Amino acid sequence: MTEHVVQVDIFWADVAVVGAGPAGLAAAVAAAEAGASVAVVDSAAQPGGQYWRHRPETVIPDPDGRGHHDWDVYLDLRSRFDAARTRGAITYLPGRSVWMAQKHDDGFTLRTTPTLASPTPVATPTLASPTPVAVRGRRLVLCTGGYDRQLPVPGWDLPGVMAAGGIQAFIKANGSLPGRRFVIAGTGPFLLPVAAGIAEAGGTVVAVLEASAPSAWLPHLRAAVGVPEKALEGAGYAATFARHRIPYRTRSVVTEVLGENRAHAVRTARVDSAGRVRPGSERVYDDVDVVGFGWGFTPQLELPVSLGVATRIDADGSLVGVVDSRQESSVPGLFLAGEVTGVGGAALAVLEGLAAGGAAADGTGAPPSSAILPPKAAARAERHRRFARAMHQAHPVPAAWSEWLTPETTVCRCEEVTAGEITAARSELGAADSRSLKSFTRAGMGWCQGRVCGFAASCLAAGNSHPSEPSLAASAKRPLAAPVSIGELAALNDADY
Amino acid sequence: MSISFTFNGRPLEASAGQSVGAALTSNGFTAWRSTRKGGRPRGLFCGIGVCFDCLVTVDGDANQRACLAEVRDGMVVDGVEPLEGDRT
Ligand SMILES: Cc1cc2nc3c(=O)[nH]c(=O)nc-3n(C[C@H](O)[C@H](O)[C@H](O)COP(=O)(O)OP(=O)(O)OC[C@H]3O[C@@H](n4cnc5c(N)ncnc54)[C@H](O)[C@@H]3O)c2cc1C
Ligand code: FES
Repeated sequence: MTEHVVQVDIFWADVAVVGAGPAGLAAAVAAAEAGASVAVVDSAAQPGGQYWRHRPETVIPDPDGRGHHDWDVYLDLRSRFDAARTRGAITYLPGRSVWMAQKHDDGFTLRTTPTLASPTPVATPTLASPTPVAVRGRRLVLCTGGYDRQLPVPGWDLPGVMAAGGIQAFIKANGSLPGRRFVIAGTGPFLLPVAAGIAEAGGTVVAVLEASAPSAWLPHLRAAVGVPEKALEGAGYAATFARHRIPYRTRSVVTEVLGENRAHAVRTARVDSAGRVRPGSERVYDDVDVVGFGWGFTPQLELPVSLGVATRIDADGSLVGVVDSRQESSVPGLFLAGEVTGVGGAALAVLEGLAAGGAAADGTGAPPSSAILPPKAAARAERHRRFARAMHQAHPVPAAWSEWLTPETTVCRCEEVTAGEITAARSELGAADSRSLKSFTRAGMGWCQGRVCGFAASCLAAGNSHPSEPSLAASAKRPLAAPVSIGELAALNDADY
Repeated sequence: MSISFTFNGRPLEASAGQSVGAALTSNGFTAWRSTRKGGRPRGLFCGIGVCFDCLVTVDGDANQRACLAEVRDGMVVDGVEPLEGDRT
């Protein structure tokens, strides 16, 4: 047998950051400007995350920010990020996904894998490096963001049905539309920019269906006026909706997507505050080729959970990481910023990223900074958190959503597990959480590892719309945070780190 | 700028910078994978690399996410042929 040693390229840094969205960019910039050496790993090929996703810079080197909010904030962070890279303070590893994070006495190791087998050659050489790449950071800041939360409904597995954010991402990344005639449904203010973006790109929005009602905001008006820019943004969407004559129907849901091998139409209904269909209110919208669903967002928590951070259930029912005022988690040296600490939007993600980056740099040899966030910024972050809480309370997942399902409705899209199989596992086998459900039905065991169906399956297992923290935490426990090659797994055995 | 690629051997056009998923979609394809159990068609869903519904073979590399991969001139894309009625 020949001696088999797998070489691993290791990048050392004071502060390792995962994610280059609003939170990760801000964290990297703050840590670098505080004097720390920083390594940033991001799955995407270029910075921006979800909020500032843009056309490939290889084709459009100077995006003008059209269709983007807060583009000036991005340009500022980006130029500081690029400047820090130029002076060697930031090592940027784009196009690589962290599939495993480990904690040691003196820091953290991130193991990464290329997001794509053959990425665009232009970006950085590390993108395509066949050698396993690991990052060692004395401190770690996780800014992994989130993804659209989904509720299954009959027909949601047909091609043509997309995540609402996925449509937005498609438009931002491609400058084109994934179809012609759209219905956008779910809950929350995020449905508005999605619909406005479609209309501005030349698509027809047949209807926006919001499960909640505007009156749900009434108890929370104080929190809403605390963030005036949200009201301005809302007024902008109202104008776009009026200009493009986009029907906005509240207390309305899609109860079924119709079509044989792709979406052609949707059946909708009016609902009460619990989401129960009002008899006789059903109607069909024909000639629809894209249906976008968004029920809020699910923070991407597998890396924090794998490192053992304390978690809690946020106002929207999502599992999030617990942090102190410096964004430090219950694991010393591990900081969290952005959607992973609670879904609160990009402005809050930036503020948290700045705080986390500054705090993470503190004590790594960089000069100590007493106030991580100036009091004004900290107060602004607090107002954004209050606004987010109000938003979550005004746009809950409807309590009775599972009544829209039939036993044949697919819940786990990967392993094709139906609602009937899940309810049978609950009533006959006593599966009451996502973990036992997984072992009895395979729900959540496919390619996406339960990212898409995790929340819904946890609801169905629990028999209500508020899955427990242990159930969501079990669903977020993923042995591999990204698919990885056998060679990279083998390197794990051989490498010192 | 227009570039050429193939899908299951068909020559197709796309604009530079599009994702493989967008390139297929703008050529009227909405599905290019079928599920293991039910043989059901799948295309783009999450749009950001999370759901793995959009898997496709790119230049011989299987299981690539069409929503993330950028289409390139001369690229060879292979997937499952669309079912009856699923093209636009
Ligand atoms: C599809 C989608 C579209 C959205 N569009 C908008 C919008 O138009 N307007 C709006 O106000 N809000 C939007 N949001 C909400 C959005 O999440 C926040 O406003 C904001 O982007 C959050 O910033 P963040 O830095 O916390 O996370 P993100 O912006 O999500 O950034 C997280 C980054 O971490 C990377 N990452 C995650 N896991 C790993 C890993 N294991 N290894 C390496 N890298 C990893 C991701 O690729 C991503 O680049 C969208 C959300 C989604 C899911
Ligand atoms: S559409 Fe979900 S991974 Fe590509």
